[in-house]
Amino acid sequence: MPGISREEVAHLAKLARLELKDEELDHFAGQLDDIIGAVAAVSAVADDAAVPPTSHPLPLTNVMRPDEVRPSLTPQQALSGAPAQEQQRFKVPQILGEE
Amino acid sequence: MTVTELVSYDEALASYDPVMGLEVHVELGTRTKMFCGCSTELGAEANSQVCPTCLGLPGALPVVNKVGVESAVRIGLALNCRIADWCRFARKNYFYPDMPKNFQTSQYDEPIAFDGYLDVQLEDGEVFRVEIERAHMEEDTGKSTHVGGATGRIHGASHSLLDYNRAGIPLIEIVTKPIQGAGERAPEVAKAYVAELRELIKALGVSEARMEMGQMRCDVNLSLRPKGAEKFGTRSETKNVNSLRSVERAARFEIQRHAAVLSSGGTIIQETRHFHEEDGSTTSGRVKEEAEDYRYFPEPDLVPVAPAREWVEELRGTLPELPRVRRMRLREEWGISEHEMQSVLNAGAVDPIVATVDAGAPADQARKWWMGELARRANEDGAELTALPITPEQVARLCALVAEGSLNDKLARQTIEGVLAGEGGPDEVVEKRGLKVVSDEGALGTAVDEAIAGNPDIAEKVRGGKIQAAGALVGAVMKATRGQADAGRAREMILEKLGVEG
Repeated sequence: MPGISREEVAHLAKLARLELKDEELDHFAGQLDDIIGAVAAVSAVADDAAVPPTSHPLPLTNVMRPDEVRPSLTPQQALSGAPAQEQQRFKVPQILGEE
Repeated sequence: MTVTELVSYDEALASYDPVMGLEVHVELGTRTKMFCGCSTELGAEANSQVCPTCLGLPGALPVVNKVGVESAVRIGLALNCRIADWCRFARKNYFYPDMPKNFQTSQYDEPIAFDGYLDVQLEDGEVFRVEIERAHMEEDTGKSTHVGGATGRIHGASHSLLDYNRAGIPLIEIVTKPIQGAGERAPEVAKAYVAELRELIKALGVSEARMEMGQMRCDVNLSLRPKGAEKFGTRSETKNVNSLRSVERAARFEIQRHAAVLSSGGTIIQETRHFHEEDGSTTSGRVKEEAEDYRYFPEPDLVPVAPAREWVEELRGTLPELPRVRRMRLREEWGISEHEMQSVLNAGAVDPIVATVDAGAPADQARKWWMGELARRANEDGAELTALPITPEQVARLCALVAEGSLNDKLARQTIEGVLAGEGGPDEVVEKRGLKVVSDEGALGTAVDEAIAGNPDIAEKVRGGKIQAAGALVGAVMKATRGQADAGRAREMILEKLGVEG
């Protein structure tokens, strides 16, 4: 049975750190349910051993590189897009509050 | 801080049966990261070994490190696993800044190796088979520094600083099946398993597996069930237990803690726990309410890994003699007991002794010095035996000097002291410190004459047939020569000069 419930959308929103109002939850739950229904329609056609699942558009396997060091960015380049930095490190806001 | 209730270990085991699951992460010793060409060299300045791929910048694409895959297959084979014909990577999504991509590239339902086992030997020689569920490829996370809190902990920190040099270093996670039936020996089995796995990883040459440096880390899952019950109890997961001794202590502590909770009618909460090295205790970490919600899905930026059977067989051909088999062979060659071999293993002396024997020393002599004087010194310095500044070749030379009679044990110990102090090789130290055994007849003869002259009473006793008394004269000779005399020869000369048969 495809589809997604309002509770599941609320749970995903929490995991994604998105604050959704009640009406937004109703709104998105409906939309997401439609999208999942559409995907399920594709799955129904492909629900057959004759159509193997794919996670990549190209029929390739074993693309590997030799274990050889290539130049990295400089720390300055690496940090150039960081909103905040300290001691040559990426500075991020408080991760957990007091417990 | 609440005090954790514990019952005694024996009491816990009288009513409950422990079940364990061990997850070990091994950091591979590849030159580059798992999905990009950044160096893995330790000790580089912060954020100097990062690139668009391991920083998760838009548009950057990962490519798998061939040696990483090869190492995973070799580990799998050494653990008697089956190797997947075809498998994929998966994204493990989570919100935590130690991975700039917001996911860790791992493997989910298609591990590269699965269904194996590792036989481990306990202290008394009993062999216990630990079954392996899977071994899969993934990548390490960056390093966080929490600032502004009381003790550098994440709780109460005002902000955190991230260094991504470690993010993307190849990891192999090895997961056991539930370990059942070990009973009271469960903590010992856990320790022996991690120890054996470490030996195996080192023998394969895929990692140095130094736990103190975080190259190998263990999570201990443990639950109790009433004796005779089939169903597993609720487990706790003690994270980052990073020494062999700690693995044993963590399992033991959790057995005692779970038993206390269960026997007072309480329930165990499924949670992660932190291990404390100082007192061997664990404290509550994160409650796993949304435990498995990592929204795994196949990694679309990487193509599947499909190890050809011929390649797998080729890699099987590169496997070294397995550590336990090798130890059994060496034990026989050296003619020592299980217990003695265990001590050699615990002291980290197997490889140094083998190398010393290869350099020409008899096994018993090599073992004597590595397990005696050198183990004592390593212990005093709190260092690994192999970190001592003396080579197996130098120890072999020392053995040769003792065997030819140039050094006695006492002088050999002084020679070792000199080598460790950086005064040079054994010959150089003997030369510089003047440590040669005095065995030339002239110098020794003089010392013997003086000892007899200086102890007429004793000499008289020896003449009268009390041969044991000669020991005191030998002692006097040794004292006069500051320990450098050949004691055996001195004794012969004393008896000769006093006209008695030895």
